[in-house]
Amino acid sequence: MKLALHVWRQAGPIALGKFVRYDVADASPDMSFLELLDVLNQQLIARREEPIAFDHDCREGICGACGIVINGRPHGPQRATTACQLHLRHFADGAELWIEPWRARAFPIVKDLVVDRAAFDRIVQAGGFITARTGSAPEANSIPVPKPAAELAMDAAACIGCGACVAACPNASAMLFVAAKVSHLGLLPQGQPERYTRVVDMVAQMDAEGFGACTNHGECMAACPKEISIDFIGRLNRDYIKGAFL
Amino acid sequence: MELRAHVPAGALAGKWERHRAEIRLVNPANKLKHHVIVVGSGLAGASAAASLAELGYTVSCFCFQDSPRRAHSIAAQGGINAAKNYQNDGDSVFRLFYDTVKGGDFRSREANVYRLAQISAAIIDQCAAQGVPFAREYGGLLANRSFGGVQVSRTFYARGQTGQQLLLGAYQALACQIAAGKVRMYPRTELLDVVVIDGRARGIVTRNLVNGKLATHTGDAVVLATGGYANVYYLSTNAKGCNVTAIWRAHKRGAAFANPCFTQIHPTCIPVTGDHQAKLTLMSESLRNDGRIWVPQQRRDRRPPDQIPESERDYYLERLYPSFGNLAPRDIASRRAKEVCDEGRGVGPGGHGVYLDFQDAIRRLGRPVIAERYGNLFEMYQRITAEDPYLVPMRIYPAPHYTMGGLWVDYNLMTTVEGLYAIGEANFSDHGANRLGASALMQGLADGYFILPYTIGDYLAQAKLPKVDAGHVAARQTEAEVGGRTRRLLEVNGHRSVDTFHRALGRLMWDRCGMSRNAAGLKDAMQRVCVLREEFWQDVYVGGRGEDLNQSLEHAGRVADFFEFAELMCHDALEREESCGCHFREEYQTPEGEAKRDDGRFSHVAAWEFTGVGQAPVLHREPLEFEAVHLAQRSYK
Repeated sequence: MKLALHVWRQAGPIALGKFVRYDVADASPDMSFLELLDVLNQQLIARREEPIAFDHDCREGICGACGIVINGRPHGPQRATTACQLHLRHFADGAELWIEPWRARAFPIVKDLVVDRAAFDRIVQAGGFITARTGSAPEANSIPVPKPAAELAMDAAACIGCGACVAACPNASAMLFVAAKVSHLGLLPQGQPERYTRVVDMVAQMDAEGFGACTNHGECMAACPKEISIDFIGRLNRDYIKGAFL
Repeated sequence: MELRAHVPAGALAGKWERHRAEIRLVNPANKLKHHVIVVGSGLAGASAAASLAELGYTVSCFCFQDSPRRAHSIAAQGGINAAKNYQNDGDSVFRLFYDTVKGGDFRSREANVYRLAQISAAIIDQCAAQGVPFAREYGGLLANRSFGGVQVSRTFYARGQTGQQLLLGAYQALACQIAAGKVRMYPRTELLDVVVIDGRARGIVTRNLVNGKLATHTGDAVVLATGGYANVYYLSTNAKGCNVTAIWRAHKRGAAFANPCFTQIHPTCIPVTGDHQAKLTLMSESLRNDGRIWVPQQRRDRRPPDQIPESERDYYLERLYPSFGNLAPRDIASRRAKEVCDEGRGVGPGGHGVYLDFQDAIRRLGRPVIAERYGNLFEMYQRITAEDPYLVPMRIYPAPHYTMGGLWVDYNLMTTVEGLYAIGEANFSDHGANRLGASALMQGLADGYFILPYTIGDYLAQAKLPKVDAGHVAARQTEAEVGGRTRRLLEVNGHRSVDTFHRALGRLMWDRCGMSRNAAGLKDAMQRVCVLREEFWQDVYVGGRGEDLNQSLEHAGRVADFFEFAELMCHDALEREESCGCHFREEYQTPEGEAKRDDGRFSHVAAWEFTGVGQAPVLHREPLEFEAVHLAQRSYK
C-alpha cells in the first residue's frame, strides 16, 4: 500500500520544527506503525538523509516507550492499542497521515518524535510507592486482600506510563496517570499508611511540573492504550480532599 | 585465569545460611563512603540499586531507556515461581530446586539453584508488601497457577502482566531511594566500557544518548544487570534495545563468558509476516494447555485448515510424546516445530508456522470458558494477525526468547574481575541449559533483593580500594578508546545501513547456531561472521553526528559487539559435543531424535577467556558436581 506521511522533524529542543512529507510506496498492511517508520528510515538512510528519531523498545505494547500522535490521536485510531501494536491494515491505501510527538509543556521535545517524560518519574518519586524495605516484609498471606480490591488495583496498575493521556488532554493534564498510581496503591491494605500523604505529594509534584488541571473532558480515557478508567480520577479527588484536610 | 566458585562447604541446605553468617559486614557508618555503580534497571538492577541504597550505600544507577520503568523485564507475562506450598500439593524448597536443575538438563551449579529456591518465598513477601497486585482467591489469599515442566502449582501472577507489576514494584522502591537522594539515576545513558584499575572494576564509561557526551563514573564496585543477548538473532522476543554490549565489553576487560551457546527458543510466538519484521511477539505458553498443535501430513498442502480432514493432519507432539503431548518442554516443542517445517509441512506465508488449534477445546468446553482462559491472548493474536483464533487455528513458530549463558559468576555473583558483579539474565545463572517458565523473574529478584546486597558487602569490607577518579590514567585511557571507537563507526561512511548488517548476522546465527547445530554449520558460520564483521567495518553507513541523539550510532555500537560475540557463541556450540537442553547438536541424538547428553565429557560450565578480536578464545572449565540430585536422562515420552 501507498502512504503519504507528514512527519514532525525537529533537530533539538530549541530548534524550530516542521512537518516534512515522505511518501512510502511499498508498505504492507501487516506492518506495525513503527515498522513503517523503520522502513521509511531505511529509505532515508539510503538517501543519506537523517532518519526520524522515535522512542520504542518492547514493541509489544507494555514498556510504554513509544508514543506518537497520528492524525491528531495519540497512538492512532485503534482502541486500546499502542503505536507499536497498531497495524497498517487499519488505514486505507493512499491515506495521508500526520505524525507528531506528544505536545505538552511538561514533555519537552528532545528530537523529532522523542519527548522527555522525566516528569512522570519525578511524580512517582514524590510518593508513588509503598515504603517497604527489602527484608522487612511480613509473610505474604498474613494480609489478605479482597479479590475485588485486588482486581480493581490491577486495573489501575496496568498503566504503562506512556503519556498518551497527557497528549490527549486539552489541558495537558496528568491526572489519569497520577490517579492510576494513587488508586493502585490506595486500594490495597499495604498502601494505607501512606495513602493520604502520597496523593497530596504526587499532586503537588504534578502541578510543579507544569501539567494542567482536569476539567473532565475524558479524552485521556479514550486515548489510553490500557483503557484506564476515568473513575480513578474521582477516587484521586476524594483521597486528595481528605488528604488536604488531614 | 582461574575459576573459583567459592561455594561454601557443608550440607547443601545450610550453605547460604552459614555463608551469610560468615561473610564480612561493612560498618553502617562506612557504607555511605562506598559508591556502587549499578548498570541496568530491570528486575535485577532496580531491586539491587534500591536494596543497596536502603542499606546505606551511595548508588548510581544507569539505563539506556528514557525511564528505569521501561526495562525489558516489563514484558514478562506468565509469572514467578516460589516454593510457598500454598496449594498444599507437596511443593518444597527441594522440589523447586530439583525441578530447576532437571529442567536445566543438569548443567547448573547445585548450590546456586538451591539458594534460589530457598529465597523464592521471601521474594513473594517482599513484592506483596510493595503493593504488587498479585492474583487472589475469593478469601483474599494469593492464587497460584501451573506452569510447564513441573507437577505442582507454584506460580504467582498478576494477570498476564506479572513482569510489569514486579518491575513497577522494584521501580517504585528505586524511586523512593532516588527521592531520598541515595540513588542517582542516569536514564538515556549507555555503558560503553568498564574501567579496570589494578585488576579491579572501578568504574564505567558511558555515553549520554541525548547529547553524545562521554563520561567516566568511578566507584568501588560495578554491578552489571544488563539482560540477555537474544538479539544476536536480530528477530527475537526481546525489546529492540536489548544488547550484549555491557557484558561483552566487560568480557573484553577480563570477565569470563560462560555457556554463550545456551539460548532458549520459545515455541509459541507469532510467525514472521515479511521482510519488514522488526521483532517477534511471544504468546504465553499456557495456550498449550488447551490448544492442539498440528501440521498437514502432506508437504506443501495449501488447503485452508478447515478443509484438511482429521485423517490428513499430523498432531506430531501427541504422536511423539503420548504422555506429555502438547505440553512437552519448550526446547523439544520448538525443535519438533522446526523439523516439520523443514520437511515442507509448515503452514502460512513462507511455510514457517504450525497450527495451534482450539476447535476441540471450544467444542468440549464451550467458547465462554476458552474466552475466560485466553481471551486477552486471543485478542492480542487477532490484533497482530487479523485472524480470529476462535474460528481459524492460530499459527505459531519458535523464536529466540532468553539466554541462559552470560558472564561467569561465583557463588557471590562476582565475575572473574574483582569488584565486577553480574546479576539477572546477564550472568550465566541458575538455569543450566534450559530455563523453566516463571523462573527468570524469580532469579532476577533473588539476585537483586537478597543475594547481591549481602555478598557485595563481603568484598567492600575487605578490598583495599584506594580512591580513584575520572582523572586516573586507566580511566582516561578507557574513555579515549570509547571515543575512538565511536568516531571510527561514524568515519566508515560506507553504503550499507546498520540494520542490514544486523539482519544478515541474525539470519546466519538463526540458521547455523539456532535451534539445532552441527559442526560443519558452526565452522561455516564462524568464517562468515568474520567476513560480515570485516564488511561491517568497511562498508557500514551510520550517518549523523556523535554529539547528538543518534539512534543509528547506538545501534551500530551494539551490532559491532554482536559480531564479535557471535563468533564466541559458535565456538562454544562447536566445543560442546553433546546435546543438552536448548543446545541440540545434530550429531548427538538418540535414535528417536532426542538430545543425548554426555555427562562424562561435558558436565561442566564452559567459561571463555577473551584473547583478542578474531583470535581463538581460551576455554576454562568449572566442573559440575551433583550431590543432591541424580543425573538422569530427561524423558517426556
